[in-house]
Amino acid sequence: MGYDLSMRVWRGDVDSGELAPYTVPVEEGEVVLDAVHRLQATQAPDLAVRWNCKAGKCGSCSAEVNGRPRLMCMTRLTDYDPDETITVTPMRTFPVVKDLVCDVSYNYEKARELPAFAPGPPDPDGKRRMMQADVERGQEFRKCIECFLCQNTCHVIRDHEENKPAFAGPRFFLRYAELDMHPLDTNDRRQLAQEAAGLGMCNITKCCTEVCPENIKITDNAIIPMKERVVDRRYDPLVWLGSKIFRRDERTEV
Amino acid sequence: MAEFERHSYDVVVIGAGGAGLRAAIAAHDAGARTAIICKSLLGKAHTVMAEGGAAAAMGNLWPDDSWRVHFRDTMRGGKMLNNWRMAQLHAQEAPERVLELEEWGALFDRTPDGLISQRDFGGHRYARLAHVGDRTGLEMIRTLQQRAVALGIDVFMECTVTEVLTDDGAVAGAFGYWRESGRFIVFETPSIVLATGGIGKVYEVTSNSWEYTGDGHALGLRAGAPLINMEFVQFHPTGMVWPPSVRGILVTESVRGDGGVLKNSEGERFMFNYIPDFFKAETADTEEEADGWYDDKKNNRRPPELLPRDEVARAINSEIKAGRGSPHGGVFLDIASRRSPEFIQRRLPSMYHQFKELADVDITAEPMEIGPTCHYVMGGVEVDADTGASAVTGLYAAGEVSGGMHGSNRLGGNSLSDLLVFGRRAGLNAAYYAGRLSESRPQVSERDVTAAGKAALAPFSDAGRVDENPYTLQKDLQATMQRLVGIIRTREELTQALVELETLKERAKHIQVEGHRQYNPGWHLALDLANMLLVAECVATAALEREESRGGHTRDDFPLPSEDWGSKNLVLTEKDGVVSLKHQPLQTMPGELQQLFEEE
Repeated sequence: MGYDLSMRVWRGDVDSGELAPYTVPVEEGEVVLDAVHRLQATQAPDLAVRWNCKAGKCGSCSAEVNGRPRLMCMTRLTDYDPDETITVTPMRTFPVVKDLVCDVSYNYEKARELPAFAPGPPDPDGKRRMMQADVERGQEFRKCIECFLCQNTCHVIRDHEENKPAFAGPRFFLRYAELDMHPLDTNDRRQLAQEAAGLGMCNITKCCTEVCPENIKITDNAIIPMKERVVDRRYDPLVWLGSKIFRRDERTEV
Repeated sequence: MAEFERHSYDVVVIGAGGAGLRAAIAAHDAGARTAIICKSLLGKAHTVMAEGGAAAAMGNLWPDDSWRVHFRDTMRGGKMLNNWRMAQLHAQEAPERVLELEEWGALFDRTPDGLISQRDFGGHRYARLAHVGDRTGLEMIRTLQQRAVALGIDVFMECTVTEVLTDDGAVAGAFGYWRESGRFIVFETPSIVLATGGIGKVYEVTSNSWEYTGDGHALGLRAGAPLINMEFVQFHPTGMVWPPSVRGILVTESVRGDGGVLKNSEGERFMFNYIPDFFKAETADTEEEADGWYDDKKNNRRPPELLPRDEVARAINSEIKAGRGSPHGGVFLDIASRRSPEFIQRRLPSMYHQFKELADVDITAEPMEIGPTCHYVMGGVEVDADTGASAVTGLYAAGEVSGGMHGSNRLGGNSLSDLLVFGRRAGLNAAYYAGRLSESRPQVSERDVTAAGKAALAPFSDAGRVDENPYTLQKDLQATMQRLVGIIRTREELTQALVELETLKERAKHIQVEGHRQYNPGWHLALDLANMLLVAECVATAALEREESRGGHTRDDFPLPSEDWGSKNLVLTEKDGVVSLKHQPLQTMPGELQQLFEEE
């Protein structure tokens, strides 16, 4: 049943901030976002927080709850002891705008750098045919709700601002892999993934996979296969020769 | 007013859900300099929540399907109050629009021979919904978002338009503010496409996100564009009811489309008791026939669980009122006893996840508790079917914010296809209009800009009397609408609602916002509230006027549809804060389309 939850919420902006203590009544079945909303409605009307669907489908309410990157709408209060103080802070990898809201424009810039899907011609009847088994690999990656928790947790950029220009991050390795595995795409982005997007900087510690609220196996199913594909292309002279003669999947390097 | 940031475009699209993104892509493709403005980050719009699929008569599984069958289903689902031309264009163009998404990288589920798979849904004669498990909306928005990014369309994220500016009755621009800084921004543009979605946030129990505050409805109305069909609000039959914090979150109709059934506390499959005469001929009356339909549609009629949403929501409401509800005030939705755990996990992965994570319910092993939740508004800006143009020159509307397409009730799956078909049409025509204007564009007046800025800052000024908290006011508005303008309505309650809305409007004048302008949700809500109050008044006003029951409008004091009311729309306008209403006859359907209904 209901109880008084003690919370600490990071309040501040780009210049300064602090953990502000609050006590907020909570009810059975609630999630951290409910507590934050009640705080907003009753004690801190200007508390900045992003959220949309409140059902784990839009990926807006990413934050760090007791230091762990989570969606606030999917973090149930029953995961914590009622006596425990819950501390909510903004994602650390991105610059703070205000309170729990960060400037996530880094991710939108990386999205723009990625060459788009480029299908070949359709079948003679104008339709496109793909087998379910072939689309399923990409479908796993397209479950991504762009909460950017994987980006937030990735140690390559978490405390290394200097790596950001050369590193697209797990969310976009997922996208590279998705397109590379798309049955109809004609672009070969392997070189790009390795060099411009910094795939090589990832040393597969799987932190991204661990925090993914959609349970996408980012490391095992996207990053590692993508690294293998890059290696195939670069170091195997036979594959290199083959790719020159029988252009792989009819793909063109971009 | 040189101090405001200014931008100039040919077409400005307000809203970045399915309709807005599709409109922007179309406008861009037609050569217009195009901008998208959205309240949230790109990719977070409510379309992301759509689960079931996009209805399109592609005939991949049932070759007998065609646009005519889809058109007929849509009109019957809307109880014939639809704008027939919109329903026709929608049915004809939906397949092409869905296939186009594939060109842009969408990965739909496949049939055994590699085509786009299609699933059953309420009110659709054939399995017709292109889908990706139960996360079709996410796939659609991501595909459109990636396309818009690839085309280099300018996106103004977390930017809110508070006023459409006009010059001698024609669109001249838009006034808004940046959420991050609180600073104002002015867009000079002759063409605006409203694609702001719905109004669900005026209700307490809703599947809609915080953004659904009727912005486009209110912007259009204030700019001079009439709204139609505002009395028709869809309550989706299946929202979560427990725990309280998730009350209202959508449970996709696909659960029923894929074999799930509704049961009351006595274990009775009660929908067989609620088949209306209008759908008797096409609905199974035994469990045996209903269960046979999934695999053999020729020799069996559709299960009553797949009646249109208005029928199912009313039935659930009746069961709960009769005391046959579930422990937490809903009824049971059971797929666990009817399909294998593997099937459920493959077809309904996000439902599985949602119930497991938020309610500790394993839907492969036990039934879900569900009840009606406010989901969609059929009413909206009255538009020309072919172009999406409103009555205001240069103002277009597409998607949920427009009215007419779905009549008095929308079929599941028809929304995603509606966004694509009419998003594209509105975007193209907005671009053509801007192109035709050449140099003689309407001008943004400095007086209007100053006034818009002043209005936006009003919540900060000390009104000197009782201070109102915007959060409390929103809660009170939602309570009024839920209690008095809900699924079942009466004259007394609607009259009372209008009285309470007047009080709320008065209280809204005294809203006092704390803090400064930078990313201030209290301030934002204060601005949204003005829109919510206006659309709530429109819904209640139209609902009081229409003395019959039809689709998403049920009057306890007028429980049947009437022929007279079936031939007209209610049109709402606003001037100086006063909402007025008039009756308008429906457009007549041409003979060859009418024939489709006479063949029954």
